[in-house]
Amino acid sequence: MRYIDEFRRDKVARAIAAEMAEVIPGPTQVMEVCGGHTHAIFKYGLNDLFPPQLTALHGPGCPVCVTPMGKIDQAIALARRPEVTLASYGDMLRVPGSQSSLLVEKARGADVRIVYSPLDALRLARERPDREVVFFAIGFETTAPANAMALLRAHRQQIPNFTLVSNHVLVAPAMKAVLEAPDVNIDGFVGPGHVSTIIGTGAYEFIVRDYGLPVVVSGFEPLDLLQSFLMVLRQLSDGRAEIENQYTRAVRQDGNRHALDVLGEVFQPCDLEWRGLGWIPRSGLQIREKYANYDAERRFADVTALPAVDHPACICGDVLRGARQPHDCKVFGTACTPETPLGACMVSSEGACAAEYRYGTGRVPNPI
Amino acid sequence: MFEWLVSTTWQDALFIPAAALPAGKAAILPPSKDRLAQNDPTWVLAPPAMRSKEIQLGHGSGGRLTAELMQRVFLPAYSNPLLAILNDQAVFSLDGGRLAFTTDTFVVKPLFFPGGDIGKLAVNGTVNDLAMGGARPRYLSASFVLEEGLPIDELKRVVASMAEAAGQAEVEIVTGDTKVVERGHGDGIYINTAGVGVVEHACCLSANQAQAGDTIIVSGPLGDHGMAVMARREGLEFDAPIESDTQPLHDLVATMLAAVDGLRCLRDPTRGGLATTLNEIAESSGVGMVLDERAIPVRPAVAGLCELLGLDPFYVPCEGRLVAIVRASDTDAVLEAMRAHPRGEQAIAIGQVVADHPSTVVMKTCVGGTRIVDVLSGEQLPRIC
Repeated sequence: MRYIDEFRRDKVARAIAAEMAEVIPGPTQVMEVCGGHTHAIFKYGLNDLFPPQLTALHGPGCPVCVTPMGKIDQAIALARRPEVTLASYGDMLRVPGSQSSLLVEKARGADVRIVYSPLDALRLARERPDREVVFFAIGFETTAPANAMALLRAHRQQIPNFTLVSNHVLVAPAMKAVLEAPDVNIDGFVGPGHVSTIIGTGAYEFIVRDYGLPVVVSGFEPLDLLQSFLMVLRQLSDGRAEIENQYTRAVRQDGNRHALDVLGEVFQPCDLEWRGLGWIPRSGLQIREKYANYDAERRFADVTALPAVDHPACICGDVLRGARQPHDCKVFGTACTPETPLGACMVSSEGACAAEYRYGTGRVPNPI
Repeated sequence: MFEWLVSTTWQDALFIPAAALPAGKAAILPPSKDRLAQNDPTWVLAPPAMRSKEIQLGHGSGGRLTAELMQRVFLPAYSNPLLAILNDQAVFSLDGGRLAFTTDTFVVKPLFFPGGDIGKLAVNGTVNDLAMGGARPRYLSASFVLEEGLPIDELKRVVASMAEAAGQAEVEIVTGDTKVVERGHGDGIYINTAGVGVVEHACCLSANQAQAGDTIIVSGPLGDHGMAVMARREGLEFDAPIESDTQPLHDLVATMLAAVDGLRCLRDPTRGGLATTLNEIAESSGVGMVLDERAIPVRPAVAGLCELLGLDPFYVPCEGRLVAIVRASDTDAVLEAMRAHPRGEQAIAIGQVVADHPSTVVMKTCVGGTRIVDVLSGEQLPRIC
């Protein structure tokens, strides 16, 4: 693969950093919504290149993190059923439920499988007709189309022992919820890249229209992100509020029509509970009546998601809303580490706490 | 709310004094609402997984969980000074001679991959663990756990490959064992090799010898082995396939030892990769490290595949590379000697040992930021969105 080095040049980075320092109008808080962006900011140490008045707030764009604990408990309850093979992505397995995690259940003998794609789960179902294969599906609009395709394929190939738990979440309602939160002040957004390839940049118009804030959709390489933050700062400095697209090599205004059609065929919007943001109207996707046979929550209707309270010392909810930073948490890096996570944000490779713990130099005196 | 914490508990979570954390046994007291409310820093919540009761895959990753298992299970039981150093081999004197002794087990899947197979790996892995102690490897053992139904032709291929690798590494396989388990109870072939070597040099290579000012060197590009196996396992084909770097390093080490006397520590960055290896050395020596990301060699194909799978090449295992910690004044001489050797042609300095931030490895990133390079935690898991 090529085209990596072009986006990682330190000379260009320094030039962008210098311009940022020049145009920043004053203390500014810019939220990067996507967990992939949060991760890249820490991995490349971009904070060191930001002007001191710029604070990057980490947003709710990590699907593992925003899945509430009750849902994890539900997955665990499903995995404990003797006839069920539960498949999900690796990160999901380590998220603590109220008493256990899927990984612990796996070590105790539950049939829990790590898959890299929903099609792997579908293959499991085909190969083991005697098992009920449940795919615990999470993700924003980026991953939802692939999961919808898997469901459609199961339908076409008449695979009766494949079902899905749909925990799909939508990014725009979450951004709106963050803007409405009383304890968060945001001057602009660095918008998600991969999600925007599906939904297009048009989806953020309400932010400009109703809130008068700039949005810059960004790529994931360090220079992409630096440039996107700079573009937000330039808008603020000019007194503009527009949607700009930094990630033109992947994102179009209208998004991906085909993917959106597949989503619409399989799913319909539903109200959903988010960790840290609570219930948000029409912020999730549920399986349409037409495909009810593939809905694990209908097939195993007795296994429901009960409300569960996050660990009292954990501030994941505040972190996901951008109200607090990971290092503000008193168990950050002590009781809560990637090996012994108390909250979901320390688990996922896209979680803000995991990113700051793994890469952040904040706890190191004189790093270099 | 607190009742929930006490009774249904997040896996036995309890409040214990901060000072008692590592032992986890001293003065375990019942949690109290007041302590949390008062934000009393002397009381912290004990990490629940410290008491995780089952083995997880991550315990075999070579990262933090493996280290925890060593501390909790093996070291207390086998307690002795040689083991306590936690090098990849034990070096000791026996009847006047200095010997190095090591063992390693191989469970790679698939058995055959571009650039090697489980047999070649089993020989080179043990040869390299001996070499990293400054030893000339001499004799190996080979023990096989075979699964019922394994084609004998496959076993023959693996054994032939081991014989060839042993020839290259100038060792002899002088003893061994064979066991067979029922179908479904193994993955074809597991191999254990143990090895002894002779330490002829007066050197004292150990992870606890690094000193502030020393140079950190790697012998070649990182991550080839891990990504060669991953690519084969995931069925990812490339124009030019990534080949495993598995190779014996004993003669490269001999060349380095002959060139300079300022070698402090040698390690082959296998499980857990470069990042975990450097963290182990930093912790063992009580020093910090500063790396320059732009200097760290990673082949474009490996970097690309890592990007695709959401992996970090600094955590991907190598099976034919070494990391050397060298006295600063010997840097040029040792690099020159390594580059003159076919297995060290691409040797390069990637950073310095420092007195600041002991036990922490920091990196200057490619765009000029800074970040921590931490120990591998759990298994490397691909991104999900």
